Amino acid sequence: MSTSSDTPAVTPPAVKLEGITKRFPGVVANHDIRIVIEAGSVHAIVGENGAGKSTLMKILYGMQRPDEGKIYVNGEEVTFRTPGDAIAAGIGMVHQHFMLADNLTVLENIILGAEPAKAGVLDVKGARKRIVQLAGDHGLRVDPDRMVEELGVGDRQRVEILKVLYRGARVLILDEPTAVLVPQEVEELFANLRELKADGFTVIFISHKLDEVLSIADAITVIRRGTTVASVDPASTTARQLAELMVGSELPTPETRDSTVTDRVVLDVCDATLQGTGAKPLLSDVSFTVHAGEVLGIAGVEGNGQSELIEAIMGLRTLDGGRILLAEEDITAWSTLRRRESGIGYIPEDRHRQGLLLEASLWENRVLGHQTRKPARKGIWVNRAASRKDTERIVHEYDVRTPSIDTLALALSGGNQQKLIVGREMSGDPKFLIAAHPTRGVDVGAQAAIWDHLRAARAGGLAVLLISADLDELIGLSDTLHVIYGGRMVARLDPGQVTPEQLGGYMTGAIAEEKA
Amino acid sequence: MMPARLQRTLLTVAGAVVAVLLAMGISSIAILAAGASPVTALGAMFDFGDTQPEVVNALTFILNRAVPLFIAGLAVAIGFRMNLFNIGVEGQYRIAAIVAAFVGSQFVLPGPIQITLIIVVAMLVGGLYAFIPAVLKVTRGVNEVISTIMLNYIAVNLAAFLVRGPFAGERTAGKLTTSTPELPESAWFPNLNVLFEMFGLPAPRSGLWGFLMVAILLGVIIWLVLERTRFGFEVKASGLNPPAALASGVDAKRMVISAMVLSGAIAGLIGLPEILGRTHAYGSNFTAGLGFLGIAVALLGRNKPAGIAVAALLFGFLDRASAPLQFADIPPSVVAIIQGSIVLMVVIANEVTSRMSIRQEERRAARQLGTTQRAEVAA
Repeated sequence: MSTSSDTPAVTPPAVKLEGITKRFPGVVANHDIRIVIEAGSVHAIVGENGAGKSTLMKILYGMQRPDEGKIYVNGEEVTFRTPGDAIAAGIGMVHQHFMLADNLTVLENIILGAEPAKAGVLDVKGARKRIVQLAGDHGLRVDPDRMVEELGVGDRQRVEILKVLYRGARVLILDEPTAVLVPQEVEELFANLRELKADGFTVIFISHKLDEVLSIADAITVIRRGTTVASVDPASTTARQLAELMVGSELPTPETRDSTVTDRVVLDVCDATLQGTGAKPLLSDVSFTVHAGEVLGIAGVEGNGQSELIEAIMGLRTLDGGRILLAEEDITAWSTLRRRESGIGYIPEDRHRQGLLLEASLWENRVLGHQTRKPARKGIWVNRAASRKDTERIVHEYDVRTPSIDTLALALSGGNQQKLIVGREMSGDPKFLIAAHPTRGVDVGAQAAIWDHLRAARAGGLAVLLISADLDELIGLSDTLHVIYGGRMVARLDPGQVTPEQLGGYMTGAIAEEKA
Repeated sequence: MMPARLQRTLLTVAGAVVAVLLAMGISSIAILAAGASPVTALGAMFDFGDTQPEVVNALTFILNRAVPLFIAGLAVAIGFRMNLFNIGVEGQYRIAAIVAAFVGSQFVLPGPIQITLIIVVAMLVGGLYAFIPAVLKVTRGVNEVISTIMLNYIAVNLAAFLVRGPFAGERTAGKLTTSTPELPESAWFPNLNVLFEMFGLPAPRSGLWGFLMVAILLGVIIWLVLERTRFGFEVKASGLNPPAALASGVDAKRMVISAMVLSGAIAGLIGLPEILGRTHAYGSNFTAGLGFLGIAVALLGRNKPAGIAVAALLFGFLDRASAPLQFADIPPSVVAIIQGSIVLMVVIANEVTSRMSIRQEERRAARQLGTTQRAEVAA
């Protein structure tokens, strides 16, 4: 099954990329990428979001074909047309967003697409034996008969890894594997990876979290603006040096320390409850207040009720119990439009889904959400001139890199799309802003700019509800930090004191509930 | 930036032209299979006759056919713009036409008022009939495709019943078909034959329907509504990205109802050019199928009023060709094949060109930003 060679003299590198170039419109393309990945090592590829890591991995996994360059696996040149070719060559990919079917068992998920058959009949017994053996050999503990929907994030990731191993991969690509994990789970993952390495597997680890990279990798390649800029030895490199290689300039930090919190309550959520269709309520008795000039951060593993909470505040979901007050007015029964008109800004967690009309121009996107307010409206008409002018202002003030305001939103990079959204939501003097993952998938430059804007708005008296998976961002920006777990607020912490590990403990429910 | 938009438009037009040419190619095969020559067929299609009256009559036929098709295309397009598939235009216009024809025959007022009232009745009936699937969708989640198709059957049969029963007018001796009572003369829409006479041309035999003016006006109004108003913006947003529209405070239910009712109201007008301009009554040989053709016309015109106008004229042109094709011994069903293949090709071409223009847009942005960024790096 495996293609790894046992040549004693010189082991050819597991993967070698030579001069990979991919011309790809819109985002940063790959340009002359050169990487040598030794067999039996953990090789990290780091670079900021949008540097071209994902494109490179898609090329290596056969999802896209390079315009130029060569790929060698175990010393042999290969051409991948489909992921199937890559799998056949022993390359497997663990995606950032898990691709598992919730309503199937672990075993069913693992064999899905590679079902073993004995005389045309599904060979479950043989499959189970192999999975148990694979899991035992590599220390990946999972129960093959559990439903995937019951599994936590860490377990799901192990299932993904097993799935790749089951297909006979000797080279594993892990795309931002720690993005969804809390610190404790990251440790577990690393233990698994070390074990895989010891068993002779090669791991390609893509990340932009430098401390993690330094602790796990045997070799590091830095990508910037679509090309490889350095190969470094983790033993003799600091996170700071690595970061500077990645960014090519000085680093931003999310710190805000001078408190601007006032005692004027802007948003008051009382006992918000949302039943949902499952047995467990999506939100139960969630209460908190956000003051003018305050950033209230909510930490939590994704899927613990954050999205539902945001949608309830925006009026996209109707609460089954509790109230929401905006500046002392009960808005529980208000429409989304009325909430927006009375000063709620919304940076959605998924900008492509809720924040933009990708196939419309930037100025039309400026109108979105403001279609009933000045400057976008004039009676029954859309005020095109004023909207365009105000879009010019946003493009200028928020440094949105675009050829023009008539460009379609889809042509912009993620960071520039997000800056446009931030600029739009900040216009019209909002009282309260929901910022859900405001810098997710955004490059470092845009991240710093967005943080600056949030800070400036906070100083100007804006109340901000910040939801983020980036713990540094949460700790750095928040004045008050709440933890949500299983639809409940389980802790209220001081961001000045808390460590990411403590936060992780609350987020996974490892540290028992403390009265908020 | 004008060049970008111009390029997008040119690409769209080029796509449509290629689609029409491909469709001609496919139809040629059909013509050959029917044992005739594509060249003869093409010649017949463009042969408007030798004398001035013949040419005028041909042009009039095309325009008179295009007017209801244009209105039908507009009606369908409003729904399509927000991914609402109003297949019920067919039923809406039939029911609106018979009610308007009957109501209009029951009183006599000065011309402009009489005609305006008939138009209002038609729009009301069409809108109300479209209101049914809209309400079903909003309150009970019934798919509008299913409900409008079902309502089409009801409308067609209801109209057939009404024209023979309650709404039937007096049948003149020897006439085999039934129809609603004839409209008073004040309801007869004046024709536009002056347009021909102005250029010293003979007046067409059948008369150029004056409703053409209403259709043009309607096209302009719909364009304004869709492209310039807040309502149009909300329609566009709902069509492009429903979750984003919702998060931006667009009331999805209200949008479904208003878009559907507006679509139905416009559908109500489809039958009027014929009733006010020629037949002056709704008869059992009233032109059917315009609602379904409207779907094709809207697709062909990319849901934009100007595009729909071109598509309607193209369909009118092809429909006129049936007779000369027959004279040239070519089965007139070739026209249906051409129409079908044009629609099919255009749908494909639309998809291809819209992808191409998106890619072009991305490339353009990348190129322009690439140069500025490089400059920054160098600085």
